[in-house]
Amino acid sequence: MARLIRTEKEVEGRYTEQWIVVEEDTLDQWPDGPLEEVGRPAARIDGLQRARGEARYTADVQLPGMLHAAVLRSPHAHARVTRIDVEPARQAEGVRGVVGPLTDEIGYQGQAVAGVAAETLAQAQAAIELIDVEWEVLEPLLDPDEAIRQGALVGERTEERGDVERGFAEADVVVEGVYRTQTVLHNSMETHQAVCEWEARDRLTVYISTQFVWGVREDVAEHYGLPPDHVRVVCRFMGGGFGSKNGPGDYTYIAADLARETGRPVRCALTRREENLDSGNRNATVQRLKAGARSDGTLTALEGEFVNATGWDGWLSSTGGPMEMLYACENMKLVERGAKLNTAPMKAFRAPGFVEGTFGLECLMDELAGKLELDPLELRRRNHSDADATDGRPFSSKNLLECYRRAEPHWARADEVRARSEGSWRHGIGLASQIWYGGGGPPSYAWVRVGADGRAVVITAMQDIGTGTATAMAQIAAEELTLPLDRVDVSLGDTARGPYASISAGSSTVPSMGPAVRAAAADAARQILEIAAQRFELEERTLSLHKGRIVSANGGSWPLEHVTELLESGQILGKGSRGPNPTGMRVLTFGVQVAEVAVDVETGEVRVDRIAAIHDVGRVINPLGASSQVEGGIIQGLGHTLSEERLLDPRSGTVLTQTLDSYRMPTIADVPEIVTELLDIPDAHLTNLGSKGLGEPPIIPTSAAIANAIRDATGADVRSLPITREEMLRALREAQERRKEPVGAPAA
Amino acid sequence: MPELRVNGEAFSVDAEVGTSLAEVLREQLGLTGTKVACNEGHCGACTVQLDGVPILSCLTLVHTVEGREVTTIEGLRDHPLVDAFVRADALQCGFCTPGQIVSGAALVAANPSPSRDEIRHGMAGNICRCGTYPKIEEAISSWRG
Repeated sequence: MARLIRTEKEVEGRYTEQWIVVEEDTLDQWPDGPLEEVGRPAARIDGLQRARGEARYTADVQLPGMLHAAVLRSPHAHARVTRIDVEPARQAEGVRGVVGPLTDEIGYQGQAVAGVAAETLAQAQAAIELIDVEWEVLEPLLDPDEAIRQGALVGERTEERGDVERGFAEADVVVEGVYRTQTVLHNSMETHQAVCEWEARDRLTVYISTQFVWGVREDVAEHYGLPPDHVRVVCRFMGGGFGSKNGPGDYTYIAADLARETGRPVRCALTRREENLDSGNRNATVQRLKAGARSDGTLTALEGEFVNATGWDGWLSSTGGPMEMLYACENMKLVERGAKLNTAPMKAFRAPGFVEGTFGLECLMDELAGKLELDPLELRRRNHSDADATDGRPFSSKNLLECYRRAEPHWARADEVRARSEGSWRHGIGLASQIWYGGGGPPSYAWVRVGADGRAVVITAMQDIGTGTATAMAQIAAEELTLPLDRVDVSLGDTARGPYASISAGSSTVPSMGPAVRAAAADAARQILEIAAQRFELEERTLSLHKGRIVSANGGSWPLEHVTELLESGQILGKGSRGPNPTGMRVLTFGVQVAEVAVDVETGEVRVDRIAAIHDVGRVINPLGASSQVEGGIIQGLGHTLSEERLLDPRSGTVLTQTLDSYRMPTIADVPEIVTELLDIPDAHLTNLGSKGLGEPPIIPTSAAIANAIRDATGADVRSLPITREEMLRALREAQERRKEPVGAPAA
Repeated sequence: MPELRVNGEAFSVDAEVGTSLAEVLREQLGLTGTKVACNEGHCGACTVQLDGVPILSCLTLVHTVEGREVTTIEGLRDHPLVDAFVRADALQCGFCTPGQIVSGAALVAANPSPSRDEIRHGMAGNICRCGTYPKIEEAISSWRG
């Protein structure tokens, strides 16, 4: 029975309270451990299509009569458009439509001002140059601390528990530090883009590279005042998003406006340089942190002041979240402020806030361990929280101590690692913990269709953004129907061809969609057995499915097709939905990573040799795909730690790193040995699967583990990302000066 | 009108001087397996082979490849590396994958048993933002099955 509940819904750590209609989740969880399909490594079901170049991405959509759009973007970070004449563009060769001006107030370089559609992209780009604009260039505000002083805020959050002053008074040791993280750019391989086609005056189809076809549908329908069912959103294959593609953008509306004006389909695709100006970013942060502990390592107080360089727009990601949640500490106080700046708006980027905040907190914890002369792993154990640190709620499941136990063999390599030091190269080991969301939630729906040939199709309008969720859904349906994986297809990525499905963000696709798919497959299986009971004149309760056959308790056994072929062109249609999350419990993911590094103390070069990742994310559906997620998260984290940074011209606020030779992402030559260990313990309270999400956890502790390994290797405290050679040499010099100070002198 | 040889077939294409090979492949010949991700030679997604040598098709003017053999991912669909990539899970979003496979196929043609360092050297021009690199290394190491 459908039940109306008022519930908290969480995406990327942002909670909203809303009404949700949920079906009861009536299935018992499967037994632990690998089953027939679930829990076993599976190659991607759409891998061949992608590898052979057959997969059609938004970038590959070519519609008859399609025009190409180019966008005039502000070359200035802060300006006013005092005069604009788009007519010369309208008269240019090949041009069929113009939109704009879209705004006269420019808040960041790259902000869209006007759009042109032409027969070819080259013509559109040439026409953009003809638009006559007069800019009044204004002084850009670029310093986040200065913005806070001026009261230019995007958001503010304060959180306090206990009494931090008393906590610091009770501390035997207090450590403080200022940590800084840089702005990083998503740089999905497929840039942000859409192709829009009006199929009637009031019916719009949007092909778009997105993480959330339903979110695009809702926003676009509202923008044009259309019934949502008159907007169809399609994203069959998607070339990466990492949080930057959770909704439509200016490019979507420019394409749709121009398509309406011209009566022809229009593509609007960002170039790589535009992508690095106006497609979102992980905002830079400044974190002023302080921790107090008793001599046994017990934390008595944590305090943090966090400034996010949010940009011209965006939201306040929770940089203080790890400080608030990771450890049991009775006294905690944080304030987070988002600075409104003349820089491009931030967007979610793979665990927004927590990647940044974990760098600060977990580096501070190791500085504390150093002062206390306590083993960093032991310090974390001593501050383990048995219930939610914020409100005392029980966890639906938490196996972080088991993660720590599994980390021991990796941690025990310390002596062996340090002994590799030779000449100017110093080797060391470090670790960091992580906490994150990843429980998913309702609403999410799926259908499972079984045809006369005994093959099944999972139908749901979710999207597979490259994480392999389509394969996981096929495994779940195959398990429930007892079919081999190659007899299950998945149809996704089209709001006109399936029910509502979750956003692919916040490590939520598998935990949100998986239980709905299992419920739909179970519904189909039940119908198959009902039909079989009638066909073979047996009692339904004596029948079950086993390895693709209908099996009777009395000994009979028939291939599934013996029943389904009776349908001829008919089909069995099972439907399922995601049940509620457990009430009164916190559903979170946990893990720890151990990094081994080498530092050349003469040149400041840092090399990461090995990272072991141990995570507790509930039941693992596809261990092969899961290991790929872990590796991908760690490699992105490696880029965040050592090489990636969006650089601005400090005077004009323009972006200096718009190309992929200047914005340096990891290549295959930069990759360390990565060891993945997933506990694979189903969360007994969470849905019919017990699975949580895995997309984000591995990136979260990566930079702190590397920085802590650098401290172990060299004694230097790196406190700023990326750890360039300059930062490394600065930290080494600081460590050297500290050592020169006489014993007993006050710490710097 | 340049005459092209692509994947063993001859084509006569209508392209202005200055048009890139990538644009002609994708928009005129419908060979959309070749992806364009930066369009300025920094990422490797558009890699095709010219007489067996990997080149960046976004930076290559179509008029300069007349009379030479262009091989795209569509011409390598039955190459054992394709299966090796899928088996090893050496792809996530898959947008860079055709370029990776075209580069990898040239690498193993020249050196059928590349070492780990040779793979890292040969493949360093193909960026994968999803971070499939460990699995790419594995796929190329085990390409013959």
